[in-house]
Amino acid sequence: MNEITSTRSNPFVDPSVHVWHAEVPIYLFLGGLVAGLMVLAGLWRLRAPRESSRALTLLPWMVPVLLTVGMLFLWLDLENRWNAYRFYLTMQPTSPMSWGSWILLAVYPVSVFVAWVSMPEATRTAIVERAPLGGALLSRLETWALARERTLAWMSIVLGAALGVYTGVLLGTMAARPLWNSAILGPLFLASGLSSAAAFLLLHRITDAERTTIGRLDMGLILVEGLLLALWLVALRSGGASSRAAAGLLLGGPFTAAFWTLVVVMGLATPVLAEWIEARHGLRPGRVPAVLVLLGGFALRWIVVYAGQESAILAQTALR
Amino acid sequence: MKGPSYGMVLDTRTCVGCSACVIACKTENDVPDGVTRNWIFTEVSGTYPDLSMSIRSERCNHCENAPCVAVCPTGASYYGAGGTVKVDADKCTGCKACIAACPYGARFVDPRTDTVDKCTFCLHRLENGTPTTACQEICPTQSIYFGDLNDPESDVSRLLASRASYTLLPDAGTRPKHFFLR
Repeated sequence: MNEITSTRSNPFVDPSVHVWHAEVPIYLFLGGLVAGLMVLAGLWRLRAPRESSRALTLLPWMVPVLLTVGMLFLWLDLENRWNAYRFYLTMQPTSPMSWGSWILLAVYPVSVFVAWVSMPEATRTAIVERAPLGGALLSRLETWALARERTLAWMSIVLGAALGVYTGVLLGTMAARPLWNSAILGPLFLASGLSSAAAFLLLHRITDAERTTIGRLDMGLILVEGLLLALWLVALRSGGASSRAAAGLLLGGPFTAAFWTLVVVMGLATPVLAEWIEARHGLRPGRVPAVLVLLGGFALRWIVVYAGQESAILAQTALR
Repeated sequence: MKGPSYGMVLDTRTCVGCSACVIACKTENDVPDGVTRNWIFTEVSGTYPDLSMSIRSERCNHCENAPCVAVCPTGASYYGAGGTVKVDADKCTGCKACIAACPYGARFVDPRTDTVDKCTFCLHRLENGTPTTACQEICPTQSIYFGDLNDPESDVSRLLASRASYTLLPDAGTRPKHFFLR
């Protein structure tokens, strides 16, 4: 028997850590989705297709829009919100959150330029002509951006990958939370973000050829995500006592049903099976698997954030 | 010559868990209701009738390798005088990364300022010439010792040299500077 009594009952830490609530998984999901969209938008610009659906030329604008929504949730999570500017008065090299703050800031101009050059020329010209103020400046910026289209595309890919990995590393560096303390979480969240982005594109009115390409890509990404998820669990399950206890939260513990139902079956297995059947029978990739991928991606963040806070380094009794 | 490295030693054989240290800390540091910088931890182990009990007065461990300092995105958590771990409330955004990163649950959000707070080893007293912490001064069984771990003549160094001791969660790799005498 080992009975413990503590007189401490501080909010956020007792009886177990619960510092982060809905705002954080919402932000992590939107951050991952934005990261995936940036990588896909960059790759798409590098391929420079002659003809694209109107939806695909306008979708890069969703990067700054969704990022703003995500950052709003991140800001709402802060206890001392009016001190948020402090993130940008320093750079703390050991803090993933500090890296993330600066990455987010760099994402904005790059994503806006990429979104601008992705639009059809006629649309850009119409906007420049109709701009009530600053039309000349807009025109000069456009010339500047068009001359650097490939550089901007590569920046979009690199920043997108950094953003996607950071959302996982943010949790992964917390040694005190064994469920999170894994280097796999970064690539896992990036793969999930890429898959969510592909699914997000499939929800829009794009051409059949684009739909087939993105559907195939999504299928591959789901398989990679599934592999990383399995490796994460294997690493936890084969670790020390604290890691094994953390894995137990998803393998027999309180988060097991939600994890296997929402993340594995609904978010990975069902859409990949549906997309495989679609590909095998030459069908147009539909929207239902895409919706399931997005819901699964959100459930993954939600469950990892909540379950991770329940995990802790196990103490050996001091009395032995 | 090395500078001071402040640490704390608690004698688990004499601590009776009276909570006087908790009250003294609240008074000295104006800690608001509902939160606490230190607390009493009681652990009973064994199988009846062979039971043993350990009582500990616990607080921030002022780790040498503090994860709260490493994860802080604004530099609000930092190493202060004598290697103590401090919080600069002016820089704190209340992101709570430090609370999640601390394996000891030593931090909380002050509901009055919405910034993170924790034990300071009463450094303000030391700066004013009082070499004891409030919890140490009030302790009726003299179980709490505070001092310079780099000074071989300090109480804390002598106790650690003469008695067996342990730190909490050594596997966490945080190198705590709060020691417990067996």
